[in-house]
Amino acid sequence: MTYIAKPRLHHPTLETNKVGYTRRDYEGKISTLCAGCGHDSISAAIIQACWELDIEPHRVAKLSGIGCSSKTPDYFLGASHGFNTVHGRMPSVLTGANLANRDLLYLGVSGDGDSASIGLGQFAHAMRRGVRMAYIVENNGVYGLTKGQFSATADSGSKSKKGVVNSDSPVDLVGLALQLGATYVGRGFSGNKAQLVPLIKGAMTHGGAAFIDVISPCVAFNNHPGSTKSYDYVREHNEAVSRIDFITPRSEISAEYAPGEVVDVLQHDGSLLRLRSLHPDYDPTDRHAAMSYMQEHQARGEVVTGLLYVDPLATDLHTALNTSEQPLNSMGAAQLCPGAGVLEKLNASLR
Amino acid sequence: MSMKRIEAVNDFVIKFANVNGSGSASANELFAKAILRMGVPVSPRNIFPSNIQGLPTWYEVRVCEQGWLGRRGGIDMMVAMNPQTWDADLAEIEPGGYLFYDSTRPLPPSKFRDDIQVIGMPLTEICNAVYSDARQRQLFKNIVYVGALSVLLEIDAAAIEKLFGEQYRGKEKLLASNVQALNLGRDFAKEHLKAPLGIRVRRSDKVGHSIFVDGNSAAALGCVYGGATVCAWYPITPSSSVAEAFQKYCGKFRVDPASGQNHFAIVQAEDEIASIGMVVGAGWNGARAFTATSGPGVSLMTEFIGLAYFAEIPVTIINVQRGGPSTGMPTRTQQADIISCAYASHGDTKHVLLFPQDPRECFDHSAAALDLADRLQTPVFVMTDLDIGMNQRLCEPFEWDEDRQYDRGKVMTAEELEAGKDFGRYKDVDGDGIPWRTLPGTHPTKGSYFTRGTTRDAYARYSERGPDYIYNVERLLLKFKTAATLVPQPVVRPAASRTPHGVIYFGSTTPAMQEALEVLTAAGIPLDAMRLRAFPFPDSVARFIDEHEAVFVVEQNRDAQMRSLLVNELGIDPARLIPVLHFDGTPITARFITRAITEHVRGGPEGLVGGRPAAVLPAIEVPGAEVAK
Repeated sequence: MTYIAKPRLHHPTLETNKVGYTRRDYEGKISTLCAGCGHDSISAAIIQACWELDIEPHRVAKLSGIGCSSKTPDYFLGASHGFNTVHGRMPSVLTGANLANRDLLYLGVSGDGDSASIGLGQFAHAMRRGVRMAYIVENNGVYGLTKGQFSATADSGSKSKKGVVNSDSPVDLVGLALQLGATYVGRGFSGNKAQLVPLIKGAMTHGGAAFIDVISPCVAFNNHPGSTKSYDYVREHNEAVSRIDFITPRSEISAEYAPGEVVDVLQHDGSLLRLRSLHPDYDPTDRHAAMSYMQEHQARGEVVTGLLYVDPLATDLHTALNTSEQPLNSMGAAQLCPGAGVLEKLNASLR
Repeated sequence: MSMKRIEAVNDFVIKFANVNGSGSASANELFAKAILRMGVPVSPRNIFPSNIQGLPTWYEVRVCEQGWLGRRGGIDMMVAMNPQTWDADLAEIEPGGYLFYDSTRPLPPSKFRDDIQVIGMPLTEICNAVYSDARQRQLFKNIVYVGALSVLLEIDAAAIEKLFGEQYRGKEKLLASNVQALNLGRDFAKEHLKAPLGIRVRRSDKVGHSIFVDGNSAAALGCVYGGATVCAWYPITPSSSVAEAFQKYCGKFRVDPASGQNHFAIVQAEDEIASIGMVVGAGWNGARAFTATSGPGVSLMTEFIGLAYFAEIPVTIINVQRGGPSTGMPTRTQQADIISCAYASHGDTKHVLLFPQDPRECFDHSAAALDLADRLQTPVFVMTDLDIGMNQRLCEPFEWDEDRQYDRGKVMTAEELEAGKDFGRYKDVDGDGIPWRTLPGTHPTKGSYFTRGTTRDAYARYSERGPDYIYNVERLLLKFKTAATLVPQPVVRPAASRTPHGVIYFGSTTPAMQEALEVLTAAGIPLDAMRLRAFPFPDSVARFIDEHEAVFVVEQNRDAQMRSLLVNELGIDPARLIPVLHFDGTPITARFITRAITEHVRGGPEGLVGGRPAAVLPAIEVPGAEVAK
């Protein structure tokens, strides 16, 4: 926990991005999470990603459920509207918000208890519907705020701080997201910012439902030997499928790669995800291959990370619903009310 | 037969006993509409099982020139088309009443009564002779009996043919075959049956400009007119047709002609929790949003309803009430969610409820609810029920003032923020308890805040300080007081002469109550009547109760929920509020109210058992009824 208030003043020489904001403009309130919490690293990665993407902070709506992870939206993007909803129900609130105004960018932050236990249903259905959002689960395998109970993502056989061994099978959110039709699926590690920032950038610019499972060790309750969500365990077992460079339409592509080393994925907004393959033959645009790759490697105890699947031509719920380009929340009676004349005709048809 | 037969022109009740899924619904509706076209008011009611095919279903039509639209009770004529329910159906017929049945298969005399008129017609035989297709035989049988009834009851055949013409415009083959079936029935009746009966229809002029529509369609239309753009719902009887009608009307009126794109978004959610979550999200983000549900759905929604109350987010919920508790009676009517909606969710909560009396008010109140939700930044319930929602009802035509603007409430704009207007999300700056809000994305640096269900100070900053909490929840109480001045006000109908007795009623009880008031007045029991249209109760409600020695509270639930709400919210002495309770799942009748009030006034409180007259109708056994959800 940080006890010292952040200074309000910005250093005059701080670098600004293309929309005129410094990195500090993307910060929020001081975190009240434990010192060393993985979630704070994720907040820092979100800040970095949004600054680098030149997103105006107020054009983002950040929503969360309940729990340690769901508190974090208060700690980044202070100029954005935030909504700490009810436990496990962020996806539905975000869906409604998105329907009301399709012009904003939606960032959903949740935890493993929030999304894999109480909110598994809402997680699944938001993925199915293709709600355009960056859905980040800060996954530590335990309930932090209620002091260390296992969550549904805890691996079978992993040991709690008190020594209890978990016998239940884990819910694999990445596997579910792939199966349920998410069009951008990644896994990150809060201890690897270099990988996480471009993963988030790709998700924020994606045209459909983007899901990132971020393993984020809980220093208070799940960072001990025997845990499969500890810093040490994840570092030892991390298997990145690729390194990602996020290239905006405006930036120049300078690096040179030999053929076969890279996969370029051009997203609908013109941004380019350049994936430097670390595993030959891994095709991140093949959903089924991604699913079997994940299962094979997870069975060996590896934590597969990176951009696992992307459909660059993804569409979203608004496309399915044929919703107007103009946000629904900006329409007035002139566009919405059929008027008295129509009502007269309706009355006549009901006699 | 020598018994006295019922003689009545434009004043009788006819009930159709059918098998679900046999196509009887449209034929029966045709029958009711033909009488309406003759200028005679009717009030039909579907009494249906929680089932798609095979179980019994009834359609009860009250024909009443005087215009009473409540259920009357008692059956003058039974059209018995369902062998499963024959005995119970027969038992329901008033002495001197009429039985119309399919006489193709002979029935033993023991299956009949000797105090009713029996009219047999070999419907199956007639249809089998004319139609070869099994489905046609079944469907046209319904039209054939309508044809026969039109002769027996002197219903204008031209009116029926005109209705066919409207229904099958451009489908000449269907039109011709329906007219043929109608005439098949008419010709047989003219030739073989003794017509007309003692009950019959005579052309009148009592329908006027009224419209005939179901409350769920009307509520959906109210949401279209009221500017709802987001609808999230989960199918549940008896509310599903609200969302379906919203879809239908939006398809007609809300598609941009230039782009072909929709000015609406409808999502069938995975459950009621997600439905209300989406409505909360959309309301938070400035779109008018609603859900339609029934009791079990409200139970699931309560956590979110508490969030919307505490975080102050506009939400509109159309609750088409059905029989509870639990799955209860999914296809029967009650007004039994009053308490569960008024105080939905944990902690201290209170919610705005509107009580429409008929489809016209379903339209008005749904549009009003969207305004009120935005103005008050809180959940607003439209408390309709199955009786109003799923039955077509004669009512005043819909009206809309062309100059009406939507009341979007206190939403601070980018210009106001730029001009330096102080923004405290939960601060009462106007003295009405209603704070200002901003919508996401409004201004680059001003007006953002964090919405949460946890306690916060007037500037939306997390706080667990007692004074911050108290400021907030007391302001919510003040806001609720403001709500009492904004909601539809009660309608008072004074008695012709001074009386110590008053009666309070609301919602679908209205037509039965209006009729009961006339009967009671004629019987020397005048009553001042107040129809509640909303909760919180305006001051006029307490005054009305104060002005009377005793006030009957008529409602359709076991526990006198509205009475409890009156006692609790207004501090009324419970002894002054006399419950009149009807809760068997059928719509309340004027006969029931009249009897209950008469017994009390004439006989004192011992005339009632907890407000419930001792006589209870025998139940109708329905084997194997399935569960709807």
